[in-house]
Amino acid sequence: MATFLRMANPEEELRRYTFRIKVASAVVAAAFFLLFIRFIWLQLVEYDRYHALAESNRITLTPTPPARGIIYDRNGMVLAHNFAAYTLEITPNKAGRLNDTIDRLADVVNIDAGDRKRFKKLLAESKNFETLPIKMRLSEEEVARFAVNSFRFPGVEVKARLFRQYPMGDAFSHVIGYIGRINQKDDERIKSSEQAANYRGTDHIGKSGVEESYENLLHGITGVAQVETDSGGRAVRVLSQTPPVAGNNMYLHLDAKLQDIATKVFGPYRGALVALDPRNGGVLALVSKPGFDPNLFVDGIDPASWRALNDSLDKPLINRALRGIYPPGSTFKPFMALAGLEMGYRKPSDVIADPGYYSLPGSSHRYRDWKKEGHGIVDLKKSITVSCDTYYYRLANDMGIGNMYRFLSKFGFGRKSGIDLEGEVAGLLPNPDWKQRRFKQQWWAGETVITGIGQGYMLATPLQLAVATMAIANNGTVYQPQLVRAWRDTLTGRIVENPPKVMDKIELKPEYLELVKAAMVDVTRPGGTAAGAGAGAPYPFAGKTGTAQVTGIRQGERYDEHRISARLRDNALFISFAPADNPKIVVAVMVENGGHGGSTAAPVARKVIDYWLLGKVPEALREDEADQGGETEDIEPADGPPADGVPAR
Amino acid sequence: MNVRFFLARLFAHIDRPLMGLLGLLLLASLATVFSASGASMDKIGSHLINIAIALSAMVAISHVPPQRLMQFVLPVYLLGVVLLVGVAVAGEVVNGARRWLHIGVTRIQPSELMRLAVPMMLAWFLHYKQEILHTRHYAIAAALLVLPVLLIVRQPDLGTALLITASGIYVLFLGGLSWRIIAGGVVLAGAALPMVWHMLHDYQRQRVLTMIDPSSDPLGAGYHIIQSTIAVGSGGMAGKGWLHGSQAHLDFLPERTTDFIFAVFSEEFGLIGNLLLLLLYGAIIYRGLALAAVAPSLFGRLLAGSLVLTFFTYAFVNMGMVSGILPVVGVPLPLVSYGGTSMVTVLIGFGIVMSAASHRKLVKT
Repeated sequence: MATFLRMANPEEELRRYTFRIKVASAVVAAAFFLLFIRFIWLQLVEYDRYHALAESNRITLTPTPPARGIIYDRNGMVLAHNFAAYTLEITPNKAGRLNDTIDRLADVVNIDAGDRKRFKKLLAESKNFETLPIKMRLSEEEVARFAVNSFRFPGVEVKARLFRQYPMGDAFSHVIGYIGRINQKDDERIKSSEQAANYRGTDHIGKSGVEESYENLLHGITGVAQVETDSGGRAVRVLSQTPPVAGNNMYLHLDAKLQDIATKVFGPYRGALVALDPRNGGVLALVSKPGFDPNLFVDGIDPASWRALNDSLDKPLINRALRGIYPPGSTFKPFMALAGLEMGYRKPSDVIADPGYYSLPGSSHRYRDWKKEGHGIVDLKKSITVSCDTYYYRLANDMGIGNMYRFLSKFGFGRKSGIDLEGEVAGLLPNPDWKQRRFKQQWWAGETVITGIGQGYMLATPLQLAVATMAIANNGTVYQPQLVRAWRDTLTGRIVENPPKVMDKIELKPEYLELVKAAMVDVTRPGGTAAGAGAGAPYPFAGKTGTAQVTGIRQGERYDEHRISARLRDNALFISFAPADNPKIVVAVMVENGGHGGSTAAPVARKVIDYWLLGKVPEALREDEADQGGETEDIEPADGPPADGVPAR
Repeated sequence: MNVRFFLARLFAHIDRPLMGLLGLLLLASLATVFSASGASMDKIGSHLINIAIALSAMVAISHVPPQRLMQFVLPVYLLGVVLLVGVAVAGEVVNGARRWLHIGVTRIQPSELMRLAVPMMLAWFLHYKQEILHTRHYAIAAALLVLPVLLIVRQPDLGTALLITASGIYVLFLGGLSWRIIAGGVVLAGAALPMVWHMLHDYQRQRVLTMIDPSSDPLGAGYHIIQSTIAVGSGGMAGKGWLHGSQAHLDFLPERTTDFIFAVFSEEFGLIGNLLLLLLYGAIIYRGLALAAVAPSLFGRLLAGSLVLTFFTYAFVNMGMVSGILPVVGVPLPLVSYGGTSMVTVLIGFGIVMSAASHRKLVKT
């Protein structure tokens, strides 16, 4: 190993150098050839793939959410609409360190602690790649100030958005409901439906009331914009656009003014009222008191308001009209009377002598009438007019629970009415099978007796009472209660009617119906249990009072002696329709802890019917008249109260 | 002295074909930097100033005969090593690497100096010992190479260390290092790879892994390489057109005026542009090697050859990295990327190449 490479000879060295330069040149050529092959691979062979990748980098398909349909009452009064405003929105996965970004944003626009809290909550519930509002309803000045600084905030942008608003507030909270931000549960449901694509870009969904049950019609069709975006997600320009199709505008049977009056005439009481048009099942008013401000829920309710609503002993979030179950009490009697007549257990002329109580044969236990000394000689008509308990104790015992169950379920007791709102409950029309299943106990004869006056296990919602009353007013025809009368199809511009649906035609003999109706009219006349409420009615006013012991909505957990005792008072009920000879409205009223049906519930119904038939606004509410200038749209007029107190048709 | 005569004197050592080719490349650079910067006149202004300074340095250095240059080699090399030691002892940490040294008013990055100083030192050493070259001299030369490289690896600055190593190896290769040792070196290097892998920092390993499979980390380390590959691929045959690269202009490409400028070029000018760019680089390298081959002194030949091959290495590593066949190393595309230091270093290198070739009649070997 002496010398590898002695360089004694410059020529030899030069030759070697030249050779090595050539080797190096060959390596250079080979390396560049390798690069060239790579370029051919990327730019020719795989071009389509990379072209597509670059395009998908460059082009974002941005969904443009449609404007939600507007909800009108029967006269075109706006119950739910949208208004445009600017929001400041953050795309969390593009905005870097969020707290830092928000801190810096706070220097540009006014962001308070509430905004931060709500944002945190939204962030926790959301997926990372959707934009979330940090600040709602920016002022023009804030929009301008952000625009100047926007380069400092990648992943933050100002968006023009439509906000839902419920101009009529509390009185409609249960019937119109509200929309709220799509939560994970909603999201899973949407994803598994065929609507998944249509909800891209939509943040809100109907959570209750009409907003929930007609979500599909109200939502509209989402549009798509092809937008060129930079790597920060900022839109550079719009390449093409398919505009969204707004949701369908809904027209309700509901009358806003009637609803408003019905809510107010309750006064300080809790309760529910359902007013139906017996000719088609249209819901004219559906009140559950107390209500709440639905606007609170639209963009996430703040924790304090939520606690106040959720913890309230008054349970304002429960829609009592369809979810509150109460013993119907004496309002059950007209239906019992029809059952007795139709099934042949009673003839109109049959009388009993009422000593003030009823005892089962061979038993000394006395089922007491509400009138201690009794009503004397009572026939069927009188039994309704004076609300004689003894008559129905005996009738129930004569019929037996099986017959009662069979006949009364035709009127909708114990099953859902099918109203176009979610969350309705079925109430309870008891029978021995049910008791066996539920309690593994046999049925006692005494339970039949008290079911005869709508007590015991018997439970019904105010809506069920209204539907059953509609059956009498309509001579046996029961329509499905419906809130929505029609909607305008945005695509075709046509009005699509929501036709009345006949649920049942109950076979009832006209002479029996006439008898019961006449008895119910007598209820509101001197000598009847609602004579006070019926005084001076210029139309035949049919009704039936009810007073039921409280077993309804469960008590709150906090113990407060004063309030509890107020909450143990009887519930007051009243079912009614008018005019009795040609019914245009059916009203069922339930006043929680209201005491007597005749004195608390019947006057509420009277005022509602007075307004509907006569256009008469209760005196106490008249000063409100001046500021009733709501937004209206010209739509075909529907039946309703005459304007400005013009006499009834 | 009239102007013509002055100019003739000034450019006496400038090789016209090479200058023409460099000019074309610089024009391509101006066009690409203009596009990559989003048509920023400020950027183009300072780019032009960088080019002017670098060209002046090239012209100036072309007047320095290799003989004169040799006188400075040892002091410059020693100064460089001292500064590197200084960095290791008292350097300033920027982005997790200790590369900068404060000297009074300003701070410098001694590794930049070594890009030229190391090949010069090795060329000078082989030249000095050419009469008695023995294997041990190559060993000494290797030591002269390894010392600064180790210091730079420690900073850590793996990219610079590798390129300086390459420049040194080119000197040894052109200086006649035996094929057997070269073969042995290749085998040893292959065997040492697993060891090197263990010595690498996490981020360096990550870069290598990312190169092998960029999609393993699409939003992290893989992002750069994925986006630059998309830019290159979507350029297609003829490119999207100057100023029309969507990857570049919509901000998907990182470092697009500097290390990733080739992605911008490739996206806008396509395969045809890439081919022309490769041919232009090839022509510059060919002309540079041709000049190196006619340099009369061994020092000139070795240094010029090494500088040209190092230039090639920069270009290859950069384009390979941007097109996804080499790991991400912080290497600019020579003479195209925006940035003064690289521009000046590379053009000084070509000044030396021109000087080495044109001073042949004045130098006796």
